Amino acid sequence: MIVYLSQRLGQTVLVLAAVSLLAFLMFRFLGDPVVAILGANSTGLQRDELRRQMGLDGPLPLQFIDYVVSMLRGDFGLSYRLGQPVLRVLAERVPATMELALVGMAIALCIGIPAGVYTALRPDGLLSRLTMAASLVGISMPSFFMGMLLIFIFSVTLGWLPSFGRGETVRLGSLWTTGLLTISGLKAILMPAITISVFQIAMIMRLVRAQMIEALRTDFVRFARARGLPGRAVNLRHALANTLVPVVTVVGLQLGSIIGFAVVTETVFQWPGLGLLFLQSVAAADIPVLSAFLVFIALVFVTINFLTDLLYVAIDPRIRLSDKGGIA
Amino acid sequence: MSALSTSARSRWGRLSDAARRWIDSDLARDFRSSPVALFALVVVSLYVLAASFPSLVAPHPVFDLSTLDFADAFRPPAWLEGGSWRFVLGADDQGRDVLSAIIYGLRVSLFVSVAAVALSVAIGVSLGLIAGFYGGWIDSLIMRVADVQLTFPAMLVAVLFDGLLRSAFGEQAHQRHAISIIIVAIALSGWVQYARTVRGSTLVVSRHNYVLAARMMGQPTGFILFRHILPNVATPVFVIATIQLAVAIILEATLSFVGLGVPPTQPSLGTLIRVGNGYLLSGEWWLAMFPGFALLFLVLAVNLLGDFLRDALNPSLK
Repeated sequence: MIVYLSQRLGQTVLVLAAVSLLAFLMFRFLGDPVVAILGANSTGLQRDELRRQMGLDGPLPLQFIDYVVSMLRGDFGLSYRLGQPVLRVLAERVPATMELALVGMAIALCIGIPAGVYTALRPDGLLSRLTMAASLVGISMPSFFMGMLLIFIFSVTLGWLPSFGRGETVRLGSLWTTGLLTISGLKAILMPAITISVFQIAMIMRLVRAQMIEALRTDFVRFARARGLPGRAVNLRHALANTLVPVVTVVGLQLGSIIGFAVVTETVFQWPGLGLLFLQSVAAADIPVLSAFLVFIALVFVTINFLTDLLYVAIDPRIRLSDKGGIA
Repeated sequence: MSALSTSARSRWGRLSDAARRWIDSDLARDFRSSPVALFALVVVSLYVLAASFPSLVAPHPVFDLSTLDFADAFRPPAWLEGGSWRFVLGADDQGRDVLSAIIYGLRVSLFVSVAAVALSVAIGVSLGLIAGFYGGWIDSLIMRVADVQLTFPAMLVAVLFDGLLRSAFGEQAHQRHAISIIIVAIALSGWVQYARTVRGSTLVVSRHNYVLAARMMGQPTGFILFRHILPNVATPVFVIATIQLAVAIILEATLSFVGLGVPPTQPSLGTLIRVGNGYLLSGEWWLAMFPGFALLFLVLAVNLLGDFLRDALNPSLK
């Protein structure tokens, strides 16, 4: 167990190191950071001076170490576009994206799991077939178009929900702002969260269905039925519980991909989160923000992957057993 | 003269032989027994035809500025008040026929996504073959890179590559090479799947006796890889490519929608939706909605085909 965890931790550190090298190379070689700060009209003397101050005249490996050290201190430099410290720019945007991702994932789980169980139990029912067809549409639906459809129906035609922004937010502590405590904030998060969850609902539903059909065929489920346990208990306690391992993995990985999808959803709804910032930075070639973003996203992903692995072990005792006993 | 006609006849003969073999094949039989797949195939074929010959299908030559009339701007679809059958799906802000714009946009969307998938297959399959055949450090290197990339969603990878290529080229050059850049960005976001699958099967296949025999005969490695091993690992690649085509179409549309894709001078479906999105709130919904549904139906049909091929050719991928 400990060996396994430290191996995983080692991999994680390796990934982070590779990503920070990439971020450093981006920062250093895509456009000249010195020119970007001083402007195109600066003299060669000014540039050399700043280059010395920033330590950009030393050997490359040394520069990389400098970069990593200042990164670990939370110093990613100044945004070319905004002129503010990159870390502060990122920190301001994190709450909006996190709330969007979590609400979206909650919606996806609440709809996806029951729908998956239902379609697995009644594969030939009319409702099941309709649900399966809907899930294919969900997988095929580009998320920006989903957002536009929602805006067209609920904002333009019916006028029920706001088409952009986060609504009123409340400040919690010094860093976190939340939109979940006000009516206008809740109204504002509804459509973006649904937009982000559509693809996930379809994914989760198809996965739960496939796993559930598999589990219903296994011997222990058939024995449980033979023992005369009520159908509901068999379906939920025996079958569903065994589908959860892959579901947890996928949900973990998808939480990352939601942050990826957020780029698009946030654009459609002008949601002031990381995704919107990322796009604006790509369009403006704001390299310090992009490299910091890269490191940040990598950190989020490897953390999620790591936690997912831990959850595995917690949910499925067999993994723990085989690891300890060396059966596998 | 007679020689010409015999060669022509034999060519037709070969074609009809191929057609007969196709009609008798398992895949065609599967198609006939699945109306949904057949329908999807017809839809995709129609899309491809329209995209291949837009000037024959589209009612208006949308890129000929002299045919545009500002009096037609924002003309609603034909069945609405003020609509005209000259503009079945309405006209945009410059009096351009929306249906024709969709057909020309489809051409760009399909070209970009097919090219991206082809490039992606080329990269992924080559790296997979190399990794599986040689093993050792080169295998570990390729697979570690694949693992790292797999932790990031394709969308982010494509946007990131687009941003990198953009700042590497500079804004001016980027405008000129926008189409190539987006193709490369999408291709680089999708190669991992092929590489993993091909590597796995290559590991198995390269232990087979006929490969060992070919190596002992001293055939060049490239020849062994592409003529002996590739044909035996290609089926899943074909299936994944179909499914990835749907992903590539969505990625292209999404990149164009957020303004990172193809330039407005060569609008793809995503660009049309992006432009139309600006008029959604003011009520000219047809500018965005029709290209959007055209896109949705295309992706849906490709996904249906992909699901069908997966079940028919390679049930183990399910």
